[in-house]
Amino acid sequence: MRFPYLTVLVLLPAAGALALGLMVRASRLVVELVGLAVALATLGLAVAVAVLLHAGAGGYQFVSDHAWAQSLGISWFVGVDGISVFLVVLAGVLFPIALAGARARENARAFVAWMLLLEAACIGTFISLDLILFFLFFELTLVPAYFLISGWGFTRRAYAAVKFFVYTFLGSAFLLVGILVLAFLHQSQRGVLTFSLPALEHTHLTGSTGVLLFLAFTAAFAVKAPLFPFHTWSPDAYTEAPTGGSMVLSGVLAKLGTYGIIRFDLNLFPQAAKTLAPLLLTLAVIGILYGALVASAQSDLKRLVAYSSLAQMGFITLGVVAGSKIAMVGAVLLMFNHGVITAGFFLLIGFLERRRGTATIADLTGLQGPAPVLAALFTVVMLASIGLPGLSGFVSEYLILIGTFATHAWWGVAATFGVVLAALYLLWVYQRVFHGRATGENAQVVDATTSERWVMVPVVVLVVVLGVFPKPVLDRISPSVQQLISHVAPAGVSK
Amino acid sequence: MTGLVLPSIHYLAILPVVILFVAALVLLVASALVRGALSRALTTGFTLAASLAAAAAAIWQWSYVADHGATTTIAHAIVLDGFAVVSSAVVALSLALATLVAHDWSRREHVAGAEYHVLSLAAAAGAILMCQANDLVVIFLGLEILSIGLYVLVAFDRQRAISAEAALKYFLLGGFASAIFIYGAALVYGATGSTNLTSLSYFLGSNTLLRPGLLFAGGGLLLVGFAFKVAVVPFHLWSPDVYHGAPTPVTGFMASIVKVGAFAAFLRVLVSALGTQMTTWRPILFVLIVASTLVGASLGLVQRNIKRMLAYSSINHAGFILLGLYAADARGSAATLFYLMTYAPIVVASFAVVTLVGGEGDEAHSIASYRGLARRQPWLGGALAVLLLSQLGAPLTTGFYAKFAVLAASVDAGGGALALIALLGAAIAASFYLRWVFALYADEGRGATRVPVPAATGLVIALGVVITVLFGLWPGPLASLAQHATVLFTP
Repeated sequence: MRFPYLTVLVLLPAAGALALGLMVRASRLVVELVGLAVALATLGLAVAVAVLLHAGAGGYQFVSDHAWAQSLGISWFVGVDGISVFLVVLAGVLFPIALAGARARENARAFVAWMLLLEAACIGTFISLDLILFFLFFELTLVPAYFLISGWGFTRRAYAAVKFFVYTFLGSAFLLVGILVLAFLHQSQRGVLTFSLPALEHTHLTGSTGVLLFLAFTAAFAVKAPLFPFHTWSPDAYTEAPTGGSMVLSGVLAKLGTYGIIRFDLNLFPQAAKTLAPLLLTLAVIGILYGALVASAQSDLKRLVAYSSLAQMGFITLGVVAGSKIAMVGAVLLMFNHGVITAGFFLLIGFLERRRGTATIADLTGLQGPAPVLAALFTVVMLASIGLPGLSGFVSEYLILIGTFATHAWWGVAATFGVVLAALYLLWVYQRVFHGRATGENAQVVDATTSERWVMVPVVVLVVVLGVFPKPVLDRISPSVQQLISHVAPAGVSK
Repeated sequence: MTGLVLPSIHYLAILPVVILFVAALVLLVASALVRGALSRALTTGFTLAASLAAAAAAIWQWSYVADHGATTTIAHAIVLDGFAVVSSAVVALSLALATLVAHDWSRREHVAGAEYHVLSLAAAAGAILMCQANDLVVIFLGLEILSIGLYVLVAFDRQRAISAEAALKYFLLGGFASAIFIYGAALVYGATGSTNLTSLSYFLGSNTLLRPGLLFAGGGLLLVGFAFKVAVVPFHLWSPDVYHGAPTPVTGFMASIVKVGAFAAFLRVLVSALGTQMTTWRPILFVLIVASTLVGASLGLVQRNIKRMLAYSSINHAGFILLGLYAADARGSAATLFYLMTYAPIVVASFAVVTLVGGEGDEAHSIASYRGLARRQPWLGGALAVLLLSQLGAPLTTGFYAKFAVLAASVDAGGGALALIALLGAAIAASFYLRWVFALYADEGRGATRVPVPAATGLVIALGVVITVLFGLWPGPLASLAQHATVLFTP
């Protein structure tokens, strides 16, 4: 029997969380080292899976399928392909960075334990091929995320945590009912009750049923992503969450939504996906433009990144539903890149906040003088987010836009304005925060410490390397996307 | 000229009821004969032994049913099938847990004597009778035994006016509900000529009623009677006051066994007796489910008292359990049973925590008493957090699968919209559970005194948490037990 990589990938952080939960007397240092070690081991395993993944093949690999709760019809059915593997790696990368770079001020043991449980849940969501198992992990992410926001967040954390929980819970309601309806439809056609994704792909759906189910599934994913107009929870959650929480919420959890659209909406309802593509494309474009405009009007750095995230998630959605292979490859790549970039943003804002006690833009000025390294790091992340050629954001946004031009030209044209707007508001905020003369408290700001620099190294490396040499990643994404596109092809345009 | 012919009695079938009844009688007589009050350890131990014996008898019954199939006895008035056995066992085990909680509570509140245990044994016997009843009259009998015991238990704390008020309210409304129920049974008898559930289903299956008005009226009244007992909207008005007023261990006891007994009987009436009339009662159930899940959740939002909050939460749960009844097929019955199996220990354990935090006098039930509890006492507060999350339906707890099972059943039965509405109710409910969880982990109140955790109550809380987490990770055995139990349904 082969080594059960994926099962271990979920169980390792979960076991770490459990162990930390029981280490009642451990000191803060021990707790944080254990947490970091577990997260790094998980990263190692995730990278091993990505490297061992057979690059030329599009199907699911590392598959394992075990009966779990047979009387309920649920099985432990997991596997990865070129699309999900990079999201697993993304989770593997961001959690150790968050643990090392954004340590909790108090009660570190519980913080690290919740973070590891959240990592287990995220990875579980990305590898599930059983719909109920997916739903279980999808919902499970809410619990640690809720505790992270409400336990270590800022002033309005209670409100933000409950809003986040209830919003996503509400979205999931549609998903659960959708899954059940689909499974029973399949049962009535084939005589077996199963929640397995490959099996349910063969359900025969009439046009309107497909559309309704597509909408039910998409409701959950649109809230999670978030996609305009289901985004109102996200600025609150991202702003009130502790830095580590914001990093993984926007970096990893948001990807659950767009990943869900790729994996479930497109695989299960290709016909409906084609019918409703204009709707989603329009929402995506509105999200891109609206996110950018609202971001430029924010007075708080974290809310600005939250809205810029909304715009970026719009780009991802655009690439996913455009129905072109190139755009979808770009979207998958952008999921990874945006995860790294936005986590980098929140981490840097966390550094600033630790120094100044505020993330209000008006209170910060001229920080380039006292903190040049911090400013340089911010510049790199910002330029990557704008989409400067040579950095990671460019490759993915470029792929999405040229792919979309080929299939849905006008939406592509509209989305391009989003790139320009992003440059505007990011450069403007950079100017306000880092340029000028630092006076008062701003002049006292200490530059990035050694440990802070080290924590930012992986972010910068990923941003640069994936900007210059994305080939190994693209090679693994492409076959899976090709397979998906040809699955959707009879319905969609293949370009 | 023949005399009265007694029907044959299959004693194994009624063994759990007999055990609990005899135990109640023995305790009652003993407490009358012994000078002074019986020692607390003795009465608790005796009640515990009786409830465990009843549970053991249920295991014996289970092996009998597995070998010989389902059967009825005493002129088909009592049924011995998998569903009855498992639900009886749930009642017996809930009694055991509730007894342990009551033990520590009675010591704290200086409640002496065996009366509490006599009444709880009798009430549990009534609940088990309801689980096994195959006749409307027997259901009524069980209902009354259960209720009369509870009327007194609710008033047990004579020091508190609120307890007496709750008892009176419960007594009046409960008596009213019983009257409605028995009137419904009479009308059904008038329409069909029988009160036996099997005969009813046979009669309705082989005859077409030209004037079904009498049957509808009777069935409707039965439905209202049950709706009162399980407290679904709009027949729920008594429950927040009674939950609040009753001594907390009684609330926990009541919340678990009444739900199990009443829902088991409710299910049997709807599925086995009135299954043919599904098209008539489904719309009514639809309204009850929508109202209970949404109203229960919304009113729960504004509660500042945890017992009232849990009362509304139980209304919300009742709406979910009704989803299984709505489906009214094998999947729905199994889902209902599974829900009851998982809900009973959670609710007893939740009220066990509330009993402890309530403190001497059983008064500290406001949200303020819970602020920072999990910071001061991580185990106690953490346990309550887990129990609340399970009630919310969070993954990795049994609450998730319970909700999943009933939702799946209702979707399978064509109730997709209903499932969606119920889930909206669950989302609203989530916000009030989370508010309590947030209070548990709040930073304030570090200076407050520690809540003492006596051994017996601590054990109950631990068991509740272990059950919900263990079967939350590994739901297979419980779910397949529920499924098997339902396969062995009434003949």
